[in-house]
Amino acid sequence: MSKIIVQGTAQGTVLKTSSPINFLGAVDKKTGTIRDQKYDIFEKSIKDTILVFPHGIGSSVGAYTIYSLKSNNSAPVAMICTKADLTVASGCALANIPMIVVSNDEFNSIQDGNKITVDTKSANVFN
Amino acid sequence: MELTSEEKATLNGEHGDTLQTAYRILVATGEATNAEKLIPITWAHLSGVNYNTIGDAGEQFLRELSKDARVKVKATVNPMGIDFDHISEFNHIDDEFIKKQASIRDSYIRMGVEPTFSCTPYDIFDLPEKNTQVSFAESNAAIFANSLGGLKTNKESAFSALASAITGKSPYSDLRKDDISTPMTIRMKMDNPSELDFGMLGFFAGKVGDTSVNISGVSQPNRRSCKALCGGMGTSGTCAKFQFVDTEDTTSEKVDFGKEEMNEVFDELNTAEKGDIITLGSPQLGLEELSDLSKMLKGKSFEKRCMIFCSRAVQEQARALDYINEIERAGGEILSDCCTCLTPLIDTNETDAITTNSIKGAYYLKNSTGVDVNLKSLAKIIEDETK
Repeated sequence: MSKIIVQGTAQGTVLKTSSPINFLGAVDKKTGTIRDQKYDIFEKSIKDTILVFPHGIGSSVGAYTIYSLKSNNSAPVAMICTKADLTVASGCALANIPMIVVSNDEFNSIQDGNKITVDTKSANVFN
Repeated sequence: MELTSEEKATLNGEHGDTLQTAYRILVATGEATNAEKLIPITWAHLSGVNYNTIGDAGEQFLRELSKDARVKVKATVNPMGIDFDHISEFNHIDDEFIKKQASIRDSYIRMGVEPTFSCTPYDIFDLPEKNTQVSFAESNAAIFANSLGGLKTNKESAFSALASAITGKSPYSDLRKDDISTPMTIRMKMDNPSELDFGMLGFFAGKVGDTSVNISGVSQPNRRSCKALCGGMGTSGTCAKFQFVDTEDTTSEKVDFGKEEMNEVFDELNTAEKGDIITLGSPQLGLEELSDLSKMLKGKSFEKRCMIFCSRAVQEQARALDYINEIERAGGEILSDCCTCLTPLIDTNETDAITTNSIKGAYYLKNSTGVDVNLKSLAKIIEDETK
């Protein structure tokens, strides 16, 4: 069952990682590129994707990174997590990036590279 | 989450854009943590002050916000990137950084925050009575407040604490409530731990723990060690509370922190055998730590540059008590309003490696500043690096 954290509609290609993301340390706030080698999406860009990841970790200032990404037109169009943390939730709320929390089964069902739609007003929320 | 009719009206924009934005953040973080309602808080500690971390978008956001937004409760702020009193001594810092940092500082002051520029608000102010709800974004301060100060806060984000400062409210969830499930117990197996060992214990606990952990096998650590534990824990995960326990309950999961676990943390963060300069302070040093340091430095002098970070309030007290005199005589360089973490005062063109006793400092020096780190306890630093 999906839970809506920040409302909105978006369409995009899924970029999926099994790593929790430290936005302050791991994401280039100008380009949206992952710059920490420890991530399985190293050197990929989260720009314009539907970013699917477990949850955020690390610095509370990561919320500013999410806001900066949006201001630099390098943000994901939506985020899907299995657990909502305060940094990602508040960053998405301020940046107006739709964000939902899904069950582990739903998380597993989302395929990297697929085109999907997130619509927090629809019954399915994502498909 | 249930909102009162007044809160709903504010969320719908009936009291202006600023409060609407603040409520949007509170509702998102409330939904994220399954809060049932908003409750009053009395003190917010804000992060997102260093231009190095929030960048141009953050600077512009705060400049716009501060035209209208005013804090409703006591609000204190994290360190900036630089110490404006000493900036002329650091030629490598460009004017753009100084201008943008000044703008961020001025925006916070315009909103009515107390210009503490410190990650250790608990060293500056008397803490309110036990169980008071606060909203601390700086992780070491949130952990200190929950674990040693008897206060209640979640590990807030920069924006959730800012929204709390402007509204005086926070979602009622997680560590703000009393019914916390039995946390994991970390069994400390190292004898006579130094503050460096406590930092590593914290870093380990933050990685394996969830929201809260028990720690057994520890007796009465001093304040330096407690702060190191809070700093290390806040760096590595989402854990925002610990409690020292004498006897282990039978139901909780047990994890040992012994030689092997400690070496693993050490090897992850220690990347150099010696440093070009020394930094002390992340978290910023308190009065007791400066007093200790001045005693340890009696009759000695640093053999290399040593940057010592403390809050301005603590520096003023320590000057009055003559601690700073002794430290400066020994060659220590006292800096305020900033800290080891993400300060551009460290010139990476001239510095390959830094010696520090701070695990939190080590993590950010390595991953954000991009220098190597040589980890040593304070006692060992004094032994090796002074004459």
